[in-house]
Amino acid sequence: MPLLELRQVTRRFGDFTAVDHVDLAIDAGEFFTLLGPSGCGKTTLLRMIAGFEQPDEGQVLLDGVDLADSPPEARPVRTVFQSYALFPHMSVEGNVAFPLQMAKTPAREIPKRVAEALEDVRLTGFGRRYPHELSGGQRQRVAIARALVTHPTMLLLDEPLAALDAKLREEMQIELINLQKQAGITFVYVTHDQTEALALSHRIAVMNRGNVEQVDEPSKVYRFPKSRFVADFIGQCNLFSGTVAARDGGIVSIAVDALGTVRVATPSTIAPGTRASIALRPEQIRIGASQGDTASDNRFRGTVSDLLYMGDVTVYRVRTDGGAEVEALLANSQTGRAKFFEPGDAVEMDWPAAAGHFIED
Amino acid sequence: MATGAREAAQARGKWLVSGPPILYLLVFFAAPTLIMAAASLRTPGEFGGLAPLVDEAGKLDLNFDSFARFFTEPVYLEVFVKSVIFATATTVLCLLIAYPLASVIATSPKRVRSLLLLLVILPFWSNFLIRIYAWMIILGPNAALARGVNGMLAWFGAGPVPLLFSSFAVLVCLVYVHLPFMVLPLYANLEKHDPALLDAAQDLGAHAWQRFWRITFPLSLPGVYAGAALVFIPALGIFAIPDLLGGPNDTLIGNLIKQQFLETRDWPFGSVLSIVLTVAALALAGLAAWFGQRATRARALVDA
Repeated sequence: MPLLELRQVTRRFGDFTAVDHVDLAIDAGEFFTLLGPSGCGKTTLLRMIAGFEQPDEGQVLLDGVDLADSPPEARPVRTVFQSYALFPHMSVEGNVAFPLQMAKTPAREIPKRVAEALEDVRLTGFGRRYPHELSGGQRQRVAIARALVTHPTMLLLDEPLAALDAKLREEMQIELINLQKQAGITFVYVTHDQTEALALSHRIAVMNRGNVEQVDEPSKVYRFPKSRFVADFIGQCNLFSGTVAARDGGIVSIAVDALGTVRVATPSTIAPGTRASIALRPEQIRIGASQGDTASDNRFRGTVSDLLYMGDVTVYRVRTDGGAEVEALLANSQTGRAKFFEPGDAVEMDWPAAAGHFIED
Repeated sequence: MATGAREAAQARGKWLVSGPPILYLLVFFAAPTLIMAAASLRTPGEFGGLAPLVDEAGKLDLNFDSFARFFTEPVYLEVFVKSVIFATATTVLCLLIAYPLASVIATSPKRVRSLLLLLVILPFWSNFLIRIYAWMIILGPNAALARGVNGMLAWFGAGPVPLLFSSFAVLVCLVYVHLPFMVLPLYANLEKHDPALLDAAQDLGAHAWQRFWRITFPLSLPGVYAGAALVFIPALGIFAIPDLLGGPNDTLIGNLIKQQFLETRDWPFGSVLSIVLTVAALALAGLAAWFGQRATRARALVDA
């Protein structure tokens, strides 16, 4: 039995359906991420798990028990808020002790528990400080210590790293992974940052307009997106749409406008004449001045129209002879690739049929 | 050189801005206070006012007689204590009424908020005395309120009580007049509270009363102290309300001061009473601020 189960959960605000008949099952000990653009309903979903919002339809079950009648203060889940929501009039110790006091923990046990929680987030010695005397990263840790001190069954994190700078965010990501492993508590994490979701999660639920589009492991979400939205939202992606021209031994050929025939490997038994798409990651494309005469499933000529130098990699936007735009990515570490292309250079791109991912529209 | 000139210009600008208010306070607050302090040490004139500073024998006539009178004749201390009791009761009642009111306004939708605030300050649009006279009508013996109350009392076999010209009337009107001064600072404070803090407290297991007592109330203390000072200090010195609505036993220190200056014409003793009032108000306000700071600090340490 999953630890948390959402059954047909729906939440409407007036005419707007924030969460639309969502089904989800989250297992104990999982690092589960709700990923999607702003307004996709992920925070509303999290607030329904915490109890701040009530579903208009459907059920939220924890350990098989419907939570409809338990207010937030009675649920064994804790939330780490985006703004941290530390109590400004209490010291760090006061903040961390608060949930213990609410849980009627014997007073003599509290200092020990607080000290342990602060040690877990590497804040030993900061107990007497006040929130306004801490840095953003330290406040973040106090918020986590405060949420974990009562050993809840589940921790809900609402974009907890959004306010931190890039360097600190990466550091906190690693800390979160370790903390989750060490505490063994189920994390439900909300973010709009796909790299964060890929780096942290055991499983990701990609949300769009109140619906869950795909629930999968990070590598599967990245490699095998179920819909055009998922392909486009997670990472950089070339999306080719067209009509299925032929199907032959696990290879489907699709006539893509402005590009030509693209072959993709798929077990799908789609009928010729149907509309379909291919998702192709820029790093799957080989790009060179000339690829020679070796046989290739997909080969297109074009001209570099733009490039985006990112340090470790360079993204080239190539306009094919047919007029299609394709993005290809080149790692700058590759030996023998010393020559960068300039806008206007003629290039050749190719990729095997297995590189693309077939999506039924 | 250029920076020096700019600094000089900045200093000049600072004086231009802060000069007029400082001048105003010096002329209309500091100077009268000093005059009053000086007057308190002089001898009352035979027909009111002050006796000459230098008497016929050529001696400087300064003494503590008026102060001695205040501290030796218990009737004046009694009036003073009564004033403190009235002011304290007014402050507490205002706080009890204003807190829920300010909370409701602060948590209401933005569009409604300005309208509710307008309603709070609406009484200021009519004259202070007119509002007190209105209370004379409301509390008068022939008004529905007094008839209803006395009718009920009669039903229980108790005699009729006058509502007007009583301590009750004084207190009701004191609370009525000072309520906006409590509501506004409380509202200004509560309106700034981050609702996420209450969500967090609830999420961490606090039920409604705990959320109020541990989060909202301690964070609102600056507003409470500001409101308490704004109510307590004027309520301590008020004279119009007990004059018009009080009974013969409801003389407060404000009435006493007015009496000394306008009726008895004993300026030195009036000055003494005024000084005692000012010092007491300052001391109590300071004490409240000090307690407030200590309370928040102690609470934080207890939590640890």
